Amino acid sequence: MVSIKSVAHSYSNAHRIGFKDWEINNGEQWLLLGESGSGKTTLLHILTGILKPAAGAVNMNGTSIYSLSSRELDQFRGRNIGIIFQRPHLIKSLTIAENLIMAQSFARLPQDLKRVNEVLTSLGIAAKKNSYPSELSQGQLQRVSIARAVINKPALLIADEPTSSLDDKNAQAALELLQQQSGLNQATLIVATHDKRVKDAFTNTYELK
Amino acid sequence: MSPLKISWKSLWSKPLSSALNIMLIAFGTGILTILLLASTQIGEKLDNNAKDIDLVVGAKGSPLQLILSSIYYIDFPTGNIPLKEAQELARSPFVKKAVPLAQGDNYQGIRIVGTDSNFVSIYKLKTSTGKFWKADFEVTIGSTVAINQKLKIGDTFFGAHGLTGSSDIHKTHAYKVVGILTPQGNVTDNLILTNISSVWKMHEDHEKEEAAEHHDHKDHRPDQTGHNDEKEITALLIQYRSPMSVVMFPRMVNQSTNLQAASPAMESTRLFSLIGVGVDTLQWFAVLIMLIAAISVFVNLYNSLKERSYDLAIMRTLGASRGQLFCIVIFEGVLLTLAGTIIGIVLGHLVLQLIGNYQESSQARLSGFILLKDEIYLFVAGLAIGIFAAVIPALQAYRSNISKILSKN
Repeated sequence: MVSIKSVAHSYSNAHRIGFKDWEINNGEQWLLLGESGSGKTTLLHILTGILKPAAGAVNMNGTSIYSLSSRELDQFRGRNIGIIFQRPHLIKSLTIAENLIMAQSFARLPQDLKRVNEVLTSLGIAAKKNSYPSELSQGQLQRVSIARAVINKPALLIADEPTSSLDDKNAQAALELLQQQSGLNQATLIVATHDKRVKDAFTNTYELK
Repeated sequence: MSPLKISWKSLWSKPLSSALNIMLIAFGTGILTILLLASTQIGEKLDNNAKDIDLVVGAKGSPLQLILSSIYYIDFPTGNIPLKEAQELARSPFVKKAVPLAQGDNYQGIRIVGTDSNFVSIYKLKTSTGKFWKADFEVTIGSTVAINQKLKIGDTFFGAHGLTGSSDIHKTHAYKVVGILTPQGNVTDNLILTNISSVWKMHEDHEKEEAAEHHDHKDHRPDQTGHNDEKEITALLIQYRSPMSVVMFPRMVNQSTNLQAASPAMESTRLFSLIGVGVDTLQWFAVLIMLIAAISVFVNLYNSLKERSYDLAIMRTLGASRGQLFCIVIFEGVLLTLAGTIIGIVLGHLVLQLIGNYQESSQARLSGFILLKDEIYLFVAGLAIGIFAAVIPALQAYRSNISKILSKN
């Protein structure tokens, strides 16, 4: 469902990095492994349509995403890709529920409060629906950021270093949550990390050197 | 969750800086509103009251004072003029209509003016109830006087000597209300009209009283001795017969008599140009405040954009387009200035009404409860300032490289 072919990126200091081809099938769970500075984030940005590669093509569900216009690409991303960042980064001026509703409306999907409740309940934070981000703990915020990523039932769920700042126990829990949510929403999962603790949970690994 | 709602929520999340921006805009708009309302009303009052009067003849002195006292009933009269000379001028072939005025008394600060039926025709007065004054001590009162002093037909009251104050009351004769004028929208709403001989008679007795008390008292008021030769009035309002009179008549008055002729149009223009300097200064002051407000909104948005660049990048990853981010920032600017403008306009009206309530002169009273078409320009200006202040931050939000912002973290 996702494939990259002969993708390369040029950094501003003329350093060029090439990525080996990658074929991801529907519903698979992948680990993107690489040390800091190996181009992990760059590849994730290319995969999610944020960064246009210098060469090559990214195909997702039969769409060559970089042939879309900027606006079409934004909307495509909103509907098909859910991204979980290293830090939660919710909009501070909006409540938890409003943060999720915002994700629905930016993807031009109808406002669906039932879905908001469903997702928050599955992550065990339904009680915090009307709280503001500043009132939640880090762990709760991370759950909200997962909720925001899956709210639109994306085909592809991408997490960037979801465990790096967590202790063993919480890292394990976060990983389980991601795998559970990707299963629940029938989303393909890619977890990018340099965290070796995560390794055992995945059978598919794409390694950057 | 529309971009507008996101902007709205974002403003509410930093109430202090939003309030500061709104206050600045409101202050500038408020001053401009007051200036606009006040200068329009003053201009209208000046025009309305002097509409059909071409010239005022009175005692020598300041021409502006003569106009203010005999057309707007604000200042004190320059003095008295002999009735005989006034009558001669009134008979001049240049003159179409001449209206004698005798002032000198008031009732609760409202001027009692002795005049004749020409006053009615020159101001095109009509009564809403009752009739015009006819016999001595009969008065017809303006509509505002009737409301404010709760006077109705058949009521009687005593006039007080002078143009303000009620310490020296003429107790010998009471005035009787025989008619109330329809609202005219000019000075006559605030006048008490009677015939000239009432004013004379009132002072005739008053002089006797005073003479008994102070033997050396010198006469300085409309006189009373019964002979036409010595009778005096305060001023004569004149309507010209032909445009030719404009050139000839004032010169004739100023050269061949001991009187002074003043043109309401000329003096009003002069007065307005004197006020105009102050209005201009205040206007620049208000514009300066608006400019500072615009810069403050700009700085506020620009700074918050730095903090929020990550937020905006996240919105892009959620599917927001560049255009939507642009709108979110623009809306924030416009919401701030629009709120400020509306508050400023409302505040301006209220403050002017308050000023009007404290004004001493009922003739020049300003009202805050008037909406002008020109106020729409204040709205447009507020909108323009909002867009102007927000456009650079909005363009930055539009152009931002989200990959760079996200990877920095």
